[in-house]
Amino acid sequence: MTALLVFLSLILIVVIAIQIGKVTELAAKIRGEEEMQEIINGRQGLYMVIFMIAFLVLTAYTGAVYKNYYLGFGPMQAASAHGGKIDAMFNVTLVICGIVFVITQILLFYYAWKYSGRRTGKAKFIAHDNKLEMIWTAIPAVVMAFLVIRGLDAWNEIMADIQPGEDYLEIEATGFQFGWALRYPGPDGVLGPKNYKLISGANPLGQDWTDERNVDDFHADELVLPKGKKIRVRITSKDVLHNFYLPHFRVKMDAIPGIPTYFVFEPQKTNEEFREQLRNYPEYQVPSDPKDPNSKPKWEVFDYELACAELCGNSHFAMRKTVKIVEPEAYEMWAMQQKSYYLSNIRFKDEDPNKDKLFSAEIEARKEEFAEALDTALITAKKTVQFSYVTFATGSDKLTGVSRYELDNLVDAMKQKSGLKVELAGHTDDTGEDAQNLTLSQKRADAVLKYLRSKGIDASRLSAKGFGETQPVVANDSDENRAKNRRTEFRIVGQ
Amino acid sequence: MAHVANHPMTQEEELIEKLGYDDHFHDHHEGDRYQSNFINTYVFSMDHKIIAKQFLITGMIWALIGAGMSLIFRLQLGFPEESMAWLKPLLGKWIIINAETGMGTLSQDFYYALVTMHGTILVFFVLTAGLSGTFSNLLIPLQLGARDMASPFLNMLSYWFFFLSGMIMLFSLFVSTGPFSGGWTAYPPLSALPQASSGSGAGMTLWLLSLVFFVVSVLLGGINYITTVLNLRTKGMTMWRMPLTIWAFFVTAIIGLLSFPVLVSGFLLLMFDRGMGTSFYLSEIFVGGQALDHVGGSPILYQHLFWFLGHPEVYIIILPAMGLVSEVLSVHSRKPIFGYKAMVYSILAIAFLSFIVWAHHMFMSGVNPFISNFFVVFTLIIAVPSAVKVFNWISTLYGGNIRFTAASMFAIGFVSMFISGGLTGIFLGNSAIDIQQHDTYFVVAHFHIVMGVAAFFGMFAGIYNWFPKMYGRFMNETLGKIHFWGTMIGAYAIFWPMHYIGMAGVPRRYYRFDTFASFSHFDDLNKFITVAAIATFAFQILFVVNFFYSIWKGKKMTTLNPWGASTLEWTTAINPGHGNWAGKIPTVHRWPYDYGKDGKEFISQITPMEEGETPGEH
Repeated sequence: MTALLVFLSLILIVVIAIQIGKVTELAAKIRGEEEMQEIINGRQGLYMVIFMIAFLVLTAYTGAVYKNYYLGFGPMQAASAHGGKIDAMFNVTLVICGIVFVITQILLFYYAWKYSGRRTGKAKFIAHDNKLEMIWTAIPAVVMAFLVIRGLDAWNEIMADIQPGEDYLEIEATGFQFGWALRYPGPDGVLGPKNYKLISGANPLGQDWTDERNVDDFHADELVLPKGKKIRVRITSKDVLHNFYLPHFRVKMDAIPGIPTYFVFEPQKTNEEFREQLRNYPEYQVPSDPKDPNSKPKWEVFDYELACAELCGNSHFAMRKTVKIVEPEAYEMWAMQQKSYYLSNIRFKDEDPNKDKLFSAEIEARKEEFAEALDTALITAKKTVQFSYVTFATGSDKLTGVSRYELDNLVDAMKQKSGLKVELAGHTDDTGEDAQNLTLSQKRADAVLKYLRSKGIDASRLSAKGFGETQPVVANDSDENRAKNRRTEFRIVGQ
Repeated sequence: MAHVANHPMTQEEELIEKLGYDDHFHDHHEGDRYQSNFINTYVFSMDHKIIAKQFLITGMIWALIGAGMSLIFRLQLGFPEESMAWLKPLLGKWIIINAETGMGTLSQDFYYALVTMHGTILVFFVLTAGLSGTFSNLLIPLQLGARDMASPFLNMLSYWFFFLSGMIMLFSLFVSTGPFSGGWTAYPPLSALPQASSGSGAGMTLWLLSLVFFVVSVLLGGINYITTVLNLRTKGMTMWRMPLTIWAFFVTAIIGLLSFPVLVSGFLLLMFDRGMGTSFYLSEIFVGGQALDHVGGSPILYQHLFWFLGHPEVYIIILPAMGLVSEVLSVHSRKPIFGYKAMVYSILAIAFLSFIVWAHHMFMSGVNPFISNFFVVFTLIIAVPSAVKVFNWISTLYGGNIRFTAASMFAIGFVSMFISGGLTGIFLGNSAIDIQQHDTYFVVAHFHIVMGVAAFFGMFAGIYNWFPKMYGRFMNETLGKIHFWGTMIGAYAIFWPMHYIGMAGVPRRYYRFDTFASFSHFDDLNKFITVAAIATFAFQILFVVNFFYSIWKGKKMTTLNPWGASTLEWTTAINPGHGNWAGKIPTVHRWPYDYGKDGKEFISQITPMEEGETPGEH
């Protein structure tokens, strides 16, 4: 029914249109073609001028209404060091083009009206004027030269890469369908290498874990950057083209699979400072949630945003990340709290190629940890120390590679303290047969003893005993607790 | 066959009979078998006038489809909260109905498909084939005094390859994975990997196939246009006596011939990457949970190849419009075009420069920033010949006796649009500004005004002006003027606000804006734009009605030369038959812009110079 009505009204409109058309043809017949054309010329010429006035007035009016969205004005002042240059360039061009726009539009429509045809009128025969052509070739050429020189001056400065000796922070942004992954270099200041073939669920960026530079790299959910420091963003993509776009910082660069790109910029306003910049403008004093009039005003909840500006598929419009610019000290604090992706998600898992060895920092840390535990045992009544890092292959008495680091700590201690005598103890959880558990725990204790002897500790200072499942530290009621009960310990029997 | 006059000879016919050149065309009958029955007269026609109409009407149908698509995605952008369930009968599964609320939403995939198809259709099918195909075919032989194109057969093939291309594209709209949805520029890897976007599957295969056929069509047409202009000009028609329309079509065809093959090679490599496992554009990609084997390719290579056509393409679109506008402005101002030679040289300069600016589309795409310096320089230099053209058009109006017709009004509107849209190009061509403005609504506003709306205005000026030559009847002038004002006001209402949205940094090709607080300031403007787009579309329906009504019911042409134009097409019969001139072909004695010269309203090109007359041209 609706379709029918729409269809009928369309037909009606068509009929009316044709009738309107016929009326004027009739008028032309009555009045004579030439007279009618003269009337039309006068009328349409007038419309042209009216249109021009309305057009220019509306341009000025809407320009004033939307002035707070102009690049470089009020709330739209750039938040980066180079942004001001872009905005200035934009505004210089705006002024020049604005002048040309107004003059040419006025001349066009004014002439159309002024020279609208009359029956008695005669057009002037003016075919060309070489002098005029020269003038209006030369003037645009000079203006363009000015804009080109200014523009390129800014461009080359903005796009310059980091110079040797400059202090900067390099981070990495990787676009994917549909989001951004952000990677920071960690304390070493260097982003580790990656290889797209290594990408997996556990390794979303394909970082190469055999390279130590990856060890301290951390991933972040928000782009947090220190104010006043040069940032070099290394921009990469996992799948299709994306574009790393920070509108408030005038930063934009494609992310290309296989070809890393970069953009260097220096944030100059923290989020709080930018909020202060916004708070004076009515556009930002409205509720942030249009459905809730009591929500906080827009300026108060403002955060910088990272967007995608290159069509990348059906959710291209939703690749948002929050950007936070903070004072350098706050940045240092934040960076210290971030956990290395490798150490918290990969270390000692199956996919860790280094699971059989420790990095020097880890060795140091564990040495300290061990020394502390031993010292406590030496001076207190609790004489048992658990090996936190001694592990065996499942179901066997074969020591894993990393176990040696902790055993070496004991070796060093026993070499220092010649009176130290220990009893090595193996414990299991309650799964499996009691007798088997007992044998396994004995074998494991023996394996540790064998290792210590191989390092030159005299057999008289060592003994080994398997306790099976007889001495749980916690009840065997969960996987977690059972793991706690599977352990190797030593007891100080003489010191 | 000698000329048989069944009516008193007009002045023009007498002149041609007296001074014309007898090429004995009508002594041979082979020409007539071209048009012996309905099929070879109206369907597989080899007559350039019919082929022109075929291009025009096919182009109009595509324009309606392409513009209709833009209305659907504008509804999404302007009214994202409104239900689109009512479009379900048309769009089927692409409208997703929420089972609880009954709310219908446009699927994101289809939104991007619509955006992509809108661009592809408008750029290639409407503004290349529909504009250049129509008027090059219609006017090149008629204004040069030729019987037909150099190769009528290739000319026929040109249309039918275009038709085939269109059919394949139309078919792609209906495949189950959806039409291609990666943007009209079809950048890989998105366009190469069906895993990355469902439209990159069968839809993309058809898209590529369609456009390869399209290029075949353009090349066949272009070879014909160039050959005809170079070889089939009538006696006396030197290059410097050609109307600016012909100059524009001629240069356009040359640009097309040089640039479209590069697009095909770009597409070919893309096809290899898609189907044969090569890695021209693909490298180190992890998509759909899988690391692909492709290494070593560069997506930027595709962009170079694409824009090596893509940039000249915008001049392929705008130059014919410029030619039409120059001609229409001059005829209806009753004045010579101001600075004819400057106009020709500026066309040539623009054409030359159009080949060395392509990478200004790629400032932010990862090319070495140093190389962008050159492209900035050449890009901004284009402003110089463009400015020269604008000043010449304005000067053509100066001191004229302007006759306001729908044609001349659209020509004036063209100049206004070209100024508005051209000036924003000066922002975007400057790479430093482009850092912020690239791929924002500022770009959308820029290119729609300068090459979308302006080119349409040129096309409308041409249609209103030469409709009598095509159909022997006039289009209704009043409806034409309503159409003009509706389109003029409507087009500015659509695209002007986009500058503000773009200055605020809102990216283009977003399905909705509320995902970002920074981009969600413009709900009202987006609603306004959508409403303006619908209204403007309605005025185009008015045009279509006027067009088809006038073909059969329009006011009949009673004189040969209703506009008092001096070019040759108006010396032919009201409904010119095969071979265009019934007897001899006219010879040319002067340039085409002798309007208001020596106190005469106009002097046709076929009129010999009088004793002691100084030529109008310089």
